[in-house]
Amino acid sequence: MRTHSDLIRFSLPGLLAGFRNCLPVALGVAVYGVLFGLLARQKGLSLVETQSMSLFVFAGASQLIALDLWSRDLPVLSLILTTLIVNLRHVLMGAALSPWLTRLKSNQAFGSLFFMTDESWALTLGRMVEDKRLAREPDGAFLLGSGLCVYVFWNLSTTLGHVLVRGLDDPAKYGLDFAFTAVFTALLVGLKPRRQDILPLLAATATALVCARLLPGKWYILAGAVAGGLAAALGPVPTSPPTSPPAPAPGSTTRQP
Amino acid sequence: MSTPDASFLAASLPSILTIGGMALVTYLTRAAGLAVMSRITVSGRLERFMKAIPGAILASIVAPSALAAGPAEALATLATALVAWRSSNLPLAMAAGVAVVLAMRFALG
Repeated sequence: MRTHSDLIRFSLPGLLAGFRNCLPVALGVAVYGVLFGLLARQKGLSLVETQSMSLFVFAGASQLIALDLWSRDLPVLSLILTTLIVNLRHVLMGAALSPWLTRLKSNQAFGSLFFMTDESWALTLGRMVEDKRLAREPDGAFLLGSGLCVYVFWNLSTTLGHVLVRGLDDPAKYGLDFAFTAVFTALLVGLKPRRQDILPLLAATATALVCARLLPGKWYILAGAVAGGLAAALGPVPTSPPTSPPAPAPGSTTRQP
Repeated sequence: MSTPDASFLAASLPSILTIGGMALVTYLTRAAGLAVMSRITVSGRLERFMKAIPGAILASIVAPSALAAGPAEALATLATALVAWRSSNLPLAMAAGVAVVLAMRFALG
C-alpha cells in the first residue's frame, strides 16, 4: 500500500511550467504537423480522418509512416502492427519516468501518459533530474503540461496543413530538421553523464548508428536504448558513491620494512 | 437496402478500424512501461539497465542525425552541446544548433 506522504504534487503551476518549457519545441513540432496535414490531403485522407489520427493516435512518426502505407484497400492490420512497432520505444520511456509516475494517483499518471511524446518525455525527464539535483520538490503535472503543449500545436498544425497550405518548403531549408537533434542533444548534456555512463552511451550510439542504416522506421531508437541498458547491466559495476583516493590519516603512514 | 448513412459508415469502417487500432496500440505502448514498473521491484542488473535507459534513448535519437548526416550536422551538434553545457538554456542551445547547421550548410554548399 502506498501512503499519502509518498505522493508528489500534481498542480496547475506544474502543468503551466511544463507547457511553457515545451513551447519552443512545440513550434518545431508544428512545422512537421503542417507537413503531415499537407501530405495526408495529398494521400486522399479526409480532414476527419487526418484529425482523428492527430487527436487519438497523436504520434508524429507513426502518423507519417502510416501515410506511406495508406491506400484504397486499407491494409488495416499492417498499419496497426507498424504503428505498434514504431511506438515500442514508448515502453522504455514510460518505464524511465516511473520513479515519478508511481508517486502520482494512477488516473493522473495514466492520463498524462496519453500525451507523452519523445519531446515531452525528454523535457520531463530533464526537469525531474534537475529537481533532484536542486533538491526541489517535483511536480508530476509537468509531463501533462508539456504533453498538452505538443498536443495543441500538433493538432492545430495538422489541420492547418490539411485545410490551408497548398505547398510547403522543405523544413531542412531553414535548418528546422536539425531543431530536434539540437533539443535532444541539449537534454542529453543536461543529464550530466558521469564516468560510468560512458560505456552505455557509446554502446547506444554505435548500435543506433548501425541500426539506422539497416532497419526501417524508428527501430534504431529501441535497439540503441536496449544496447545501452545491456551495457550498463552487464558491464562493470560502478563504485558508488564515487570515491576519491583515500587520504592517509595523519600519523598513519607506515614505513615499509 | 441500405440508407446513405449506413453505406457511408460501411465505406468508412476500414479507416475507423485502422485509426482506432493505431490509437489503441499507441496508448498501450505509452502505458505499458509504468504498468510493468509499478508491479515489480527493480534491483541489481535490472536497476542498472533502467538507469541507463534515459541517456541511451537520447543518444540513440541523436546519433544518426548528429554523426552520420555530415560535417555540418556533426559540428552543429558539438555547438549545441557546448551551449547547453555552458548555459543550461534549452531554447538558446536549440537556436545555436539551428544557426550553426544553417551557416555550415551554406558554407559547405
